[in-house]
Amino acid sequence: MRIAGKGLVDRSQTVPFVFDGVRYEGFEGDTLASALLANGIKLMGRSFKYHRPRGVLTAGSEEPNALVTVGAGAAQEPNVRATMQEIYPGLEARSQNRWPSLGFDMMAVNDLAAPFLGAGFYYKTFMWPKSFWEKLYEPIIRRAAGLGALSGEDNADKYESAYAFCDVLVIGAGPAGLMAALTAARAGADVILADENARMGGRLLAETYEVDGKPGPVWADEVLAELHSMGNVRLMTRTTVAGAYDQGTFAALERVLHHTDHRPRGAPLETYWRIVAKRSVLAAGALERPIAFRDNDRPGIMTAGAVRAYLNRWGVSPGRNVTIFGNTDDIHRTARDLLEAGVHVAAVIDSRHDAPGSDDYEVLRGAQVCSSAGRKGLESITVRRASGEDRIHTDCLAMTGGWNPSVHLTCHMNGRPTWRREIEAFVPTPGAVPGMVTAGACNGSFSTAACLEEGITAAESVLGDLGMTAPKITVPQAEDTPYEIAPLWAVPGKGRAWLDFQNDVTVKDVKQAATENFRSVEHMKRYTTQGMATDQGKNSNVAALAILADATGRGIPETGTTTFRPPYSPIAIAALGAGAEGKGFKPQRFTTSHKASVARQAPMVEAGLWYRPSYFPKEGESNWRQSCDREVNMVRQTVGVCDVSTLGKIDIQGPDAGAFLDFVYTNMFSTLKVGRTRYGLMLREDGHVMDDGTTARLGETHYLMTTTTAAAGDVMKHLEFVHQGLRPDWDVSFTSVTEHWAQFAVAGPKSRELLNGILDMPLDDDSWPFMACGPVSVLGVQGRLFRISFSGEHAYEVAVPARYGASLFDILTKRAEALGGGLYGMEALNVLRIEKGFITHAEIHGRTTAYDIGMGRMVSQKKDSIGKTMSQRAGLEEPGRERLVGLKPVGESKQLLAGAHLYKEEAEPVRSNDQGYLTSVCYSPTLGSMLGLGFLADGPERYGEVVKLVDHLRGVTTLCEVVNPVFFDPEGGRVRG
Amino acid sequence: MDKLSAKTPCDGLLPLTVGSVTLSEVDAGSIHSISAFNGKQKQVSDALKAAHGMAYPAANRATGKAGARAIWFGPAHAMLMGPVPDDALAENAAVVDQSDAWAVVRIEGDGVEDILARVTPVDLRSTRFKRGHTARTLLFHMTASITRVGDTAFQIMVFRSMAETLVHDLKRAMEGVAARG
Amino acid sequence: MRITCPLCGERDRREFYYRGAAVDLARPEPDAGEAAWDEFVYLRDNPAGMTRELWYHEGGCGAWIVVTRDTVTHEISGTELASGVSA
Repeated sequence: MRIAGKGLVDRSQTVPFVFDGVRYEGFEGDTLASALLANGIKLMGRSFKYHRPRGVLTAGSEEPNALVTVGAGAAQEPNVRATMQEIYPGLEARSQNRWPSLGFDMMAVNDLAAPFLGAGFYYKTFMWPKSFWEKLYEPIIRRAAGLGALSGEDNADKYESAYAFCDVLVIGAGPAGLMAALTAARAGADVILADENARMGGRLLAETYEVDGKPGPVWADEVLAELHSMGNVRLMTRTTVAGAYDQGTFAALERVLHHTDHRPRGAPLETYWRIVAKRSVLAAGALERPIAFRDNDRPGIMTAGAVRAYLNRWGVSPGRNVTIFGNTDDIHRTARDLLEAGVHVAAVIDSRHDAPGSDDYEVLRGAQVCSSAGRKGLESITVRRASGEDRIHTDCLAMTGGWNPSVHLTCHMNGRPTWRREIEAFVPTPGAVPGMVTAGACNGSFSTAACLEEGITAAESVLGDLGMTAPKITVPQAEDTPYEIAPLWAVPGKGRAWLDFQNDVTVKDVKQAATENFRSVEHMKRYTTQGMATDQGKNSNVAALAILADATGRGIPETGTTTFRPPYSPIAIAALGAGAEGKGFKPQRFTTSHKASVARQAPMVEAGLWYRPSYFPKEGESNWRQSCDREVNMVRQTVGVCDVSTLGKIDIQGPDAGAFLDFVYTNMFSTLKVGRTRYGLMLREDGHVMDDGTTARLGETHYLMTTTTAAAGDVMKHLEFVHQGLRPDWDVSFTSVTEHWAQFAVAGPKSRELLNGILDMPLDDDSWPFMACGPVSVLGVQGRLFRISFSGEHAYEVAVPARYGASLFDILTKRAEALGGGLYGMEALNVLRIEKGFITHAEIHGRTTAYDIGMGRMVSQKKDSIGKTMSQRAGLEEPGRERLVGLKPVGESKQLLAGAHLYKEEAEPVRSNDQGYLTSVCYSPTLGSMLGLGFLADGPERYGEVVKLVDHLRGVTTLCEVVNPVFFDPEGGRVRG
Repeated sequence: MDKLSAKTPCDGLLPLTVGSVTLSEVDAGSIHSISAFNGKQKQVSDALKAAHGMAYPAANRATGKAGARAIWFGPAHAMLMGPVPDDALAENAAVVDQSDAWAVVRIEGDGVEDILARVTPVDLRSTRFKRGHTARTLLFHMTASITRVGDTAFQIMVFRSMAETLVHDLKRAMEGVAARG
Repeated sequence: MRITCPLCGERDRREFYYRGAAVDLARPEPDAGEAAWDEFVYLRDNPAGMTRELWYHEGGCGAWIVVTRDTVTHEISGTELASGVSA
């Protein structure tokens, strides 16, 4: 019911919206909850477990009942709190957790079964048989007990993440937060003021207080106008500070576009902020607690503060005939506001025997509401007094059990709140979050005057920490009503009295948990699911633990609280991962030949962040093997070209460069001649192989190291660690030059012929023997040439500055094709190296040693090097170790599979007989056979023996001959041309 | 006779304007990392000054101006951008040609800090990060070098191979900020 | 979490790579014996309280840093360049 002359909504702006398919109208400034109440709609949801009809309980983000789904299709958003959803033209919202409709919900049968569904029901019932849990019980329970659902489709909505920095972060823009922000801002501090609501002002918008003789909202707007005009203040509305983290970092969720259907292209729906603040002021206010009594969950029963908020902020009375019940003076504030607005107040019930009276209405002192009645909505309450029980007709009950300071953020870094007896509530423990000061209602100071004053003193405190001078500010005049409370957690009586509305936890459930010895508050929580819903117990935790304390004969402070963890209110995963979907998942690294490869229909495969061509299909080829075989033959017979720019290239310079390389490689590099390249092996300090590659000596104190594509980053990190951490005095520096050079392998008998067509000085064996390196001029451009080979063929790698990469690739391709050769991709590269027994990270996978891969002698005994000492442990060189071998099929089955295990021919293929495994396999068109590389116990001593390969997963058994891993050209004649 | 032709890292990707902000590729000239040998910091700085008119930059600072700039790149590196390094530098420092290793872009316009706040975890507000300040940091998932080169202009460098991702990530941020109006 | 790089200043944790205990800086001599090497490569304390750790400013300047940190409160009481720490 809308009340004339009340509220801050703009009555000149009518806003149509749809709820459960019905069109309604509200005003600009309404939330979905206030607009529905204005339209007389009280039933807004069904409870989680029993599907009880529920109406709105609160007017804020703590709302446990009125959860709705907004929007439709891929973008539908479940579990939106109707109290936070602003209405806009075109808003479509639906109730949840009901079928077929909110009014008639089949699953409400759960409510009838309630005697069986109490605390621990699931734990006790769905125990057996075990397999039923996943297949039967869980799906049924999930369907019956649930909240809204995601669409399951790709959502095109954009989410964004961002960073912000400030001197002082003020959390909450009620009277305390406003004063803190104003004080800090006037001192010149960079201030961020964040509030979860669309409009700042906090309780000033929901009450009828005056500040400095002005209506609360007017005063708040004046302060906000001043803050807005200052360059050092950022006002963040619709922004929930959701988590407090180490070193002054805060997470905050800004709901950017949920209040409108206007979605400009590229605009974020939400922004997930990481705010870094030198100091913070928590002014998060307080949350009102309901009182547990029989059937206290009926639509129409809500907190008194919510009733005043609907009345004063939105101009809506949630009822025509309101009753008020509570244990603080807030009930009188509620009664006065309603009466002044012309709303009939049917009864004012104060549980305190010494409650103040009123001239305007009767106060039922020492009385309690003990139950409610009504179909789908409140129709009457029963009031118990010493004289007996009376039934009072009412359509709205405003209840207050006192206020809980919003201490949540002060608990995010393991802080525990402190119980304050005078207000029967927990308050923040000072220092719980380093750099954070609390002020106002969240600090347990509930009067407006106290909030204003604490806002100033909190700001003064943090300004002092920052070495800034606080300005002189007079505390504005405001009400300073003392807070008088007599504890009332639950009204005794039969029936179900609800604590956690969303998770359907009752007083009885908590008592039962205590009876069954779940006496620790953490155990009680998990046994009853108290506080585990989306509201995380904001409305119910304190009452639940008061009841647990009572049931276990302890006080509340001894019983303790459960831990409040981030986020303060739910955050969509989409917001947490903002920007990381699609191409934002990780960077893509493209070589200079990428476009040309794609143009030739090469399937691109990921290699780390890089993309590399798998093979280059030619017309008439219908599968990758045909292309791959052709490319292998091409390299063996004519010439092939392959982009190898992705391999890590590290420029190493300095007087100690040689000594440094001797230290990080197992073998010697200080003795390498200038103009020559050497293969090197790098170990981890535990003696296992880390990486391999070639390093060229370009000058006396100048080397160029090559790493594998996958390990480039790790090797750089390792080199920097060894230098900075272990040998800081050595004069050597490292620069990654991977990106500066586009480098291409030119491999095959005609490689020199091809290169001589583009090099300004022709090559011959004398000037460029195997493993030579040096500068060259490539079509007039200064480049580098390395006579190295990963194919076993006479081969080179030619490098030019990357700007020329695409161009050189095209020229090399064209010239290779003219010689009967062409491009080859990763598949052929892999076959070529397996034919030669060259290893990759398939073999140096982290558990193999130099000894295992047949390179034990590369660990120089003349010097210390990383990993050397540990590589010489007995266990790493002992007989029986699995060592690198080649494998060729010899039986009926010709299939080799990487990952398959090896057994003696006659042995049963079981774990205890395991002798090794395959790491790399290919079909070799050169040798007309499948080839495998693998590790076999004492492998190199077993050449000629037949072993059994078994792939248990794919059901393959193949007999193989153990051979030298260098299958092709073991003498190496081809590579020397 | 074949001839090699050059392509820039952001070839075909830039320029790009969204709202008040423009992203464009910078031809930085030659780029060389300069790493002074032990104890030769002063000689290197003197040589830089003599040959190219700027001192070796202190941590988090850039020296010189557009066309000839030295940017601090880490404990052992400064990046000389623009001129080809004088031979004298190589006497006291490792000089490594990086001319083709970096995608170099300029992002400029009102509210440019708001865009960068969406992709980088460093405080780049003009009161804290002034002209001549530089940071080695992240640009979303990439390591980057960010230098303020004007009141509303920054130079950003990432590895050349990531140019497409750089443009993708910045474009997304630019659109998000522009859409807020 | 924020870590102060001795060169770059205070930075977001995501710029840093975590390696482990700063024990890694105290590399034994090759002939120090099995026990010393076992200790160096494999054995680490797991303190509730102060610990010295190695972090790499990977998404930044490339400095290796020793961070002194309290595992209980998460307070960072100091950072220094690994190159300046004598093993």
